[in-house]
Amino acid sequence: MTAAPDVRRVAASAPPVRRLSRLRAPSPWHLALIPVSLLMAAPLVWMLLTSLSTLEETRRFPPGLPGSLQWSNYASAWNDSPMAHWLVNSAIVSVTCVVSNLVLCSLAGYAFARLRFPGSQLVFLGILATLMVPFQVVMIPTLLIVKHLHLVDTLPALIVPNLATPFGIYLLRQFFLSLPVELEEAALMDGASRLRILRSILLPLMGPPLSTVAVLTFLSVWNDFLWPLVVINSQNNMTVQLGLATFQSAHYTNWPVLMAATMLSQIPVFVLFLVGQRWFVQSIASTGIK
Amino acid sequence: MVTPSVVLIGVFGLLPVAWAVWLSFQHNDLLTPGQWAGFDNYRQLVHDPVFRDSVRRTVVYTVLFVPITLVLSLLAAAALNRRVRGISIYRLAVFVPVVTSTVATGVIFTWLLDPDYGIVNSLLAKAGLPTFGFFSSPDSALYSIVIMTVWGWVGFGALIYLAALQGIPQDLIEAAQMDGCSRRGAFWRIEVPLLRPVSAFLLVWLTINALQLFDEVYVTTKGGPLHATTVVVYYLYQQAFQYFHAGYAAAIAVVLFVVIAVITLVQLRLTRDASEAGGAP
Repeated sequence: MTAAPDVRRVAASAPPVRRLSRLRAPSPWHLALIPVSLLMAAPLVWMLLTSLSTLEETRRFPPGLPGSLQWSNYASAWNDSPMAHWLVNSAIVSVTCVVSNLVLCSLAGYAFARLRFPGSQLVFLGILATLMVPFQVVMIPTLLIVKHLHLVDTLPALIVPNLATPFGIYLLRQFFLSLPVELEEAALMDGASRLRILRSILLPLMGPPLSTVAVLTFLSVWNDFLWPLVVINSQNNMTVQLGLATFQSAHYTNWPVLMAATMLSQIPVFVLFLVGQRWFVQSIASTGIK
Repeated sequence: MVTPSVVLIGVFGLLPVAWAVWLSFQHNDLLTPGQWAGFDNYRQLVHDPVFRDSVRRTVVYTVLFVPITLVLSLLAAAALNRRVRGISIYRLAVFVPVVTSTVATGVIFTWLLDPDYGIVNSLLAKAGLPTFGFFSSPDSALYSIVIMTVWGWVGFGALIYLAALQGIPQDLIEAAQMDGCSRRGAFWRIEVPLLRPVSAFLLVWLTINALQLFDEVYVTTKGGPLHATTVVVYYLYQQAFQYFHAGYAAAIAVVLFVVIAVITLVQLRLTRDASEAGGAP
C-alpha cells in the first residue's frame, strides 16, 4: 500500500538538545502541548488521586487533593475481591495466547510465504476473510462450540479461540515475503529442513514482526471484555477486566476503593507500556499503516 | 506446518461465520435445538422499533465520534511532531490511554462525570457554568460516551498520524518554505494532503470500531437511561444473553457484518484512489 514511515522515530526519546537552545525562548508549541497532555493525563491522574483519598474527601465540594495518602484503599480493593486471582487468570490467558500466536503464526506465515501446496491460495484467502469479521458475528456460534467442548466457564474457553489469529499469520507472511529467498537456498541445498531454516536462519531476523504480534495479541487479550463476559460466570475464573466490571457494580459509590481496584487492574499494562513504550508504539503504528 | 493454525482458524474463524448465518434463519434460545424460521428474524428486524432506534443512536454516535477523533488526532500529532524539550513526556501523556482498557476507561469516566461528586461538574459549577447529568440523563448519556471514547481513541489516532508525519521527507517542507510558504501553510497544503491514505485508513478503522461500540456502554450506562445508549451491539447482546433470542441476535450480527464489509471495501477503493492521485507519501 504505502511506504511504511520510519515509526522508530515516533518512540525515540527527546531529540538531542541543540547547543543554542538554552539561549532561545521556549517554543510556542508548549502552549498547545501542555493543555493537550494535561487533558489526556487528567482522567488517569484523578483516578490515582481518588484512589488515595478518604471516602469523605470524595464527597466534599469543591473536590481537592487528598489530605493524607490512604494506601488502605488498595488493601481494601485487594482483600474485598479475588483481585490476585483475576490478575493471575489474565496473565495465564494472555501469556499463553502470546506464546502460541508467536509459534503458530510463524509456522503458518512461513508456510504461506514459501510453500506451495494444493489449495494454499484458497486457504490463505479464507484466513484473510476472517480478518474482516467483527467478533459479534462469531460470538454466539463460538459460545456454542465452546459449549460442545465442555469448556464454558473455564480459562481454556478464553484461550482456545485466540491461539492463532489471522492477523498474526498475515503479518508474518508479509514479513517472510519481504525476505530474499537466497537466504534460505544454501541451507535447503545442504538438506536442512524447513523447520531448521525457520529456527536457525530466519528467527534471528524476526524480532520486529514478532514483537508486533506479541504486543497486539497481549493488548487485545488482556483488555478483552465481551468474550469473557459471555463465557465466564464464576468469580474465580474471571479475567481482571471482567472482574473489575463486577467489582464496580458491588462497590458502586465507594469511589476511593473502586479507583484503587481500577489502578490495580491497569498497573501491569502501564508498567509494560513504560518499560516497552518503543515496542508498543512501533507495533501499533506499523499495523496501522500496513 | 500450517495445520494447527488452519484448524484453529477454521473452527473459530470460518465455521462460526457460516453458523451465524445459519442461526439467523432459526428461532434458537441457546438451550433447546433451534427451529427453522426462514426470513422471520430479518422480517421482524425491519419492523422492530427498538432496533431502528439502536441503529439511529449508533449512527449519531459514529457521526460524532469519528470526525472529532480524526481531527483531534491530527492536531495532536502535529503538535507532538515538534522537536521541543520534554516531547517524550507529552507523547507519553497522549499515548497512555491507548493501552488503558475499555472497562477501566468506563469506570474512571463514571467517576469523573458523576453528577453529584464528579470533578467535571464541580469545575463547571465553580466556573459558573451549567452542570450536567452526564451518564444519568437520557439527554446527555450518548454524548458523554462520545467524550469518553474520544479520549480513549485520540492517542491511537495521534500515534498513527505521527508515524506517517515523520515519514514525510523534510526537504519537501523546506522547499515549500523557500518558495515563501508559511510553516502552517505547508502543514495544511502539503502534509495533510500527503496523509490522505492514513486518514482514509483511520476513518474506516474508527468507523468500524464505532459501529461495534459495546464495552463502554456496558460499564457506564447498561444501555440506559431509558434506552438512551442502547446501540446496535448492546441490543444484540441483550437479545442473545438476556432474552435468549439467539437467532434474532444472529440476524442483527449478520446485518452488522454486511455494513462493515461494505465500509471496508469502500475504504480499499478510497485508499487506492488516493494512491493513484499521487497522494501516497
